[in-house]
Amino acid sequence: MLLAEHFVKPPNWTWLILGYFFLAGLSSGCYALGVMLRLWGRPSHGSAARIAFLAAFPLVIVCPILLTVDLGQPTRFWHMLIDSAGGGLNFKYWSPMSLGVWGLGVFSGFAFLSFLGEIWAPVGRLLHSLLGGLLLVVGLVFALFVGAYTGVLLSVSNQPVWSDGWPLGGVFLASGLSGATALLLLLIAARHRSQVAASVGALGEADRYFVVIEAVLIVIFLVTVAAAGTIGRLFNVVGIGLWVLVLVGLTVPLLAHSRSRVLWPVLTSLLVLIGVLALRAAVIFGGQS
Amino acid sequence: MAVKRAGFFTDTSICIGCKACEVACKEWNGLQGNAPNLLLDSLDNTGQLDAQNWRHVKFIEHLPANGNLVNQPADTGGGQAFLMMSDVCKHCQHASCMEVCPTNAIVRTEFDTVYIQQEVCNGCRNCISACPYNVIGFSQATGTAHKCTLCYDRLQSNLTPACAKACPTESIKFGDVEQLQQLADTRLAALHQQGYSKAQLYGRDDKVYGGLNNFFLLMDEPEVYGLPNAANAVLPSRNNLPGYLGGLVTAAVALVAGLIAFRRRGDTPPPSDAAPAPVGVAPLSPADSAEAERP
Repeated sequence: MLLAEHFVKPPNWTWLILGYFFLAGLSSGCYALGVMLRLWGRPSHGSAARIAFLAAFPLVIVCPILLTVDLGQPTRFWHMLIDSAGGGLNFKYWSPMSLGVWGLGVFSGFAFLSFLGEIWAPVGRLLHSLLGGLLLVVGLVFALFVGAYTGVLLSVSNQPVWSDGWPLGGVFLASGLSGATALLLLLIAARHRSQVAASVGALGEADRYFVVIEAVLIVIFLVTVAAAGTIGRLFNVVGIGLWVLVLVGLTVPLLAHSRSRVLWPVLTSLLVLIGVLALRAAVIFGGQS
Repeated sequence: MAVKRAGFFTDTSICIGCKACEVACKEWNGLQGNAPNLLLDSLDNTGQLDAQNWRHVKFIEHLPANGNLVNQPADTGGGQAFLMMSDVCKHCQHASCMEVCPTNAIVRTEFDTVYIQQEVCNGCRNCISACPYNVIGFSQATGTAHKCTLCYDRLQSNLTPACAKACPTESIKFGDVEQLQQLADTRLAALHQQGYSKAQLYGRDDKVYGGLNNFFLLMDEPEVYGLPNAANAVLPSRNNLPGYLGGLVTAAVALVAGLIAFRRRGDTPPPSDAAPAPVGVAPLSPADSAEAERP
């Protein structure tokens, strides 16, 4: 077996990037759930879809702020988009950071449109038309991209752990969807509306599927990292604690039936969200340890 | 001297670890250096290449147990050697840093070197996670990434880079890469003839990142010097396709999962212990009434 050799320096991506990855995952997950609920869900899921769209935009607008503040030269954030030397657009499809900035921008536009549709009737009517359905599908593609690309961004490096684990894109996407489901259930619990409670069972079932997908991908990710000989970086003292939280976050949706999620929605959803955050922390900090 | 493709050939077999290259680099480029740090690691108190150290002399006390590092008689050390290497940016032909840079701040110059444009870099640090040689450093003072420029300003004036100029043993040779390669081939053949069987050129051919403008003559395997071997000298973009494909498959499976969950369980009535709806709750959105009419 050929072990990977790494002589690379950590980029010191810490709390701001962790926050960005977390919120981007939740926002894209909320939007994706909203589209799924609206386009192929039963009419009774309309209210849950509305909550999903109302949550997606506020979450995503924090993301560019975190990214900008993390830059060494925040006033040059626009260099990501425009070639400051040549004046044209900066678009490098082979660089996930470049692609991601554009993807995030476009997704933010779709998230804003859907947000607007929930608070302003004319836009709401437009989004319920055939054209609106098409817009939602395109927005869904960008949402899924944003949910996955953060993992690909880490993979496309020479950093230990990150570059050893190509499944990270899928892991983060599934994790974001699971976290978004938990967030929706949390928001539903806060609203106490019967028409929204009708979607609790469906969301709980979807969450269980997402968690299974995520768990399978995490196993594949850990196997690839172990094969490269860098898995020890993920399991230092802090890392072990984080992985315990990840495990709890994965287990709760599987153990908690829809009935218990109604009874203890805050606790179960919070545990899932903590697990989603812990997964990103374990990967981000583990790769730089 | 005017060069078309500028580079260094660093012959580590004649490096004496004087650090004149480090000093000359700092002097010319106005690098203040980091605060003095006692690393308790051999004669090295620089530690690593970073924003303040664009040259770093490595002192490697890798002494093979069987003493066959060099096939020399016992009176010349019996194979025990103190490996020294003046490390620097390799100015790779296929540069990982350049590949991932989202702002195009990292460019290839007219001298075929890799250069970070300070006025363009926004300090995202993506290049740091990509550079396989631990070369690029981030400066808190400027908020940007820094590394060896191969004395770009001196090249523009047909001057030899400061480190090569200062090297007392000519371990660091500057010139056109093609000429340096010929020089390196001759030197390697001489060393092999003298019995230094492990001597090898690193980055002279295109097996490592398409060839390095700054290539080395090493006296042991690359890993001993902290350099990835040819099998591990890989570009970040190798993970683009599997990464996005993994995301795509995950997205497809997740959509199917959503389809199953939201279709089948859609109209399950709320559990009896769920909180009742307030009396007279208005529709949640302007579109709710339209949704209710859908089949």
